[in-house]
Amino acid sequence: MDSIALPAGNPARASEAGAVARRSEALAGWRLAGPALALLALLILLPTIGVVALSLTDFELGYDNIHFVGLDNYLELLEDRTFLISLGNTLTYTVIVTPLSVLLGLGAALLIETEVRGRALFRTIYFLPVVSLLVAMATVWQYLLHPTIGPVNALLRLIGIDGPNWLGGSDTVLISLALIGVWQAVGFNMVLFLAGLTAIPRELYAAAEIDRATTAWDRFWLVTWPMLGPTTLFVVTISVINAVKVFETVSTVTQGGPNRASEVLLWTIYQEGFVYLRVGYASAMTVVFLAILMILMVLQYRALDRRVHYT
Amino acid sequence: MSGLALRGISKAYGDNHILRDVTIEAKPGEFVALVGPSGCGKTTLLRIAAGLDHPDRGGVWLGERDMTAMRPSERDIAMVFQSYALYPHLTAGQNIAVPLAMRDLTVWQRLPWIGSLLPGQRVIRADIQRRVFETARSLKIDQLLDRKPAQMSGGQRQRVALGRALVRSPAAFLMDEPLSNLDANLRVHTRSEIVELHRRAGVTTLYVTHDQAEALSMADRVAVMMGGRLLQFDTPEAIYGNPAHVEVARFIGSPQINLLAGEVDAAHGIRIGGRLFVEGVGATPGTRVTIGFRPEAIKLGGPGQAGLGASVQRIEFLGSETLVFLEFARGEASLVAKLAPAEATFFRPGQAVTIAVASGEVLVFGADGSRLSVSPAMRMAANG
Repeated sequence: MDSIALPAGNPARASEAGAVARRSEALAGWRLAGPALALLALLILLPTIGVVALSLTDFELGYDNIHFVGLDNYLELLEDRTFLISLGNTLTYTVIVTPLSVLLGLGAALLIETEVRGRALFRTIYFLPVVSLLVAMATVWQYLLHPTIGPVNALLRLIGIDGPNWLGGSDTVLISLALIGVWQAVGFNMVLFLAGLTAIPRELYAAAEIDRATTAWDRFWLVTWPMLGPTTLFVVTISVINAVKVFETVSTVTQGGPNRASEVLLWTIYQEGFVYLRVGYASAMTVVFLAILMILMVLQYRALDRRVHYT
Repeated sequence: MSGLALRGISKAYGDNHILRDVTIEAKPGEFVALVGPSGCGKTTLLRIAAGLDHPDRGGVWLGERDMTAMRPSERDIAMVFQSYALYPHLTAGQNIAVPLAMRDLTVWQRLPWIGSLLPGQRVIRADIQRRVFETARSLKIDQLLDRKPAQMSGGQRQRVALGRALVRSPAAFLMDEPLSNLDANLRVHTRSEIVELHRRAGVTTLYVTHDQAEALSMADRVAVMMGGRLLQFDTPEAIYGNPAHVEVARFIGSPQINLLAGEVDAAHGIRIGGRLFVEGVGATPGTRVTIGFRPEAIKLGGPGQAGLGASVQRIEFLGSETLVFLEFARGEASLVAKLAPAEATFFRPGQAVTIAVASGEVLVFGADGSRLSVSPAMRMAANG
């Protein structure tokens, strides 16, 4: 800078002009971002703050008086058996659904990718559960899994197995719901993986072939799996979120039963907030629910993001 | 050491004929360049040599071995891709090690964690490490072995790709425009390095490029391809000085060869735009021909000297040489002459000049583009 000869003038004024220009540019930036920021605040930030605020009160729908109760709602949660069971069940459900739906989705995508004929047909078939209304399909599953008239148990009887009461037994209900969840999620994950697969440069497979990676197994570990990293991270994230949010099947098929064996977080929140109308308490649960999701996402990206993006 | 032969290769996708009966035989240790404009089929031919594509007809031989039905992995060939095709999740060292690991380690030994517990793999891995390091050192990339491709420059990535091809000492090298993603300076530098590498290793090499200068400067023999056909396969000197086809003459050489369309008249002369250009051709009168001569074959003289009249349009000084653009036969044809800068100082735009071309430098091509043999008595017209 010092080698540039400024025209005879006041350098202080020049820097002042620069500051004005910077300020007006900053102002323009805020004005351009304004609409998006306003909507963000209105639609996401305010409701979240509202929920956090309500969770610190004893507000119940239909009662006029509302008191600030501090962290009482949260302390109550710690001793609420229903909530703790619900937390555990949601965890179990997620642990079953996420890996199964991710692996089956990847498998389906790999098989469809190698098949030239009928690719569109298979893609559509696998995607059907995603677009079908789960509430409507839940009744079909209820019929399929019925202990006496259901086709599943009828098939099991044919090979001499006495099938359990899938949705009625407290040992099997969560697994049955998880399988329905997997059935619904596989198609979606498959479509995401298919998109990821088409983005892999063909030359890498050619190079792998030249480098003697001759078996499908070798090519998968040398090219496909590492190149799908970003896709896999995204699919796992979406799968976890969807699994933690399980609600439709529970609400239509089991209502949390039998004996709270299928009580899950969203169902418990719904019961507290909309059936017992304890909005303050339900809000505290919602805050916990959001916190769990946030922590999961942060952990996942901290741990994996660096390792799946190579550029 | 063995030669690489592509014999009678044809390939079509539907009605689109990519390759038509192409035969190229590289002698053991020879460096052969496949050159042609984009879409001429040279990359398809290379992929067929690699086994990544399969010919409709014809075969691929490595020495006495018919490889036509073999998979790429069984062919003992290495390939360098235009995009380098490095594995982005592996370091440079791991990239170079891949072909060795795939060849020398079993499926179980290659498994992560479990593989490192199996017997015997420790010795093999140490040997792989040693060879990776030797290759890296010969390419001067041994200090980069821990970097991932994203952390390297284009030139460094190109060396890693070369290393991956070199490390297992293949019987033949295939290179698909390996220099086209480098900047101009680095390209000229890497060009000589690849030639030096080839000289040291002595491995039969098939090198695809669209850059005629690259082909001429690097290869022992050059194969010029156009529209799926092999037009000429010869030494760089013969390709340049003695082209077999008008398209070869047009494609090779910069600035482009001067080409003038004309007709053989009753007196066995060739007229360009009505003016007699050469005499005593010895071809059938009425034949449509194209005559060609290189820019450096033109001798320029002042008015009154022997030769054909032309006028200077434009002069380009390029440092080591000067290009003089000429108008001939009142705008019927334009020519370019390449002169030493000192000679060119005599000329100015708009000036009337005479041109003369030594008769040995004049090439005559027939209507189908093939070279016509002309009578040794052919000479430049005395005046015009």
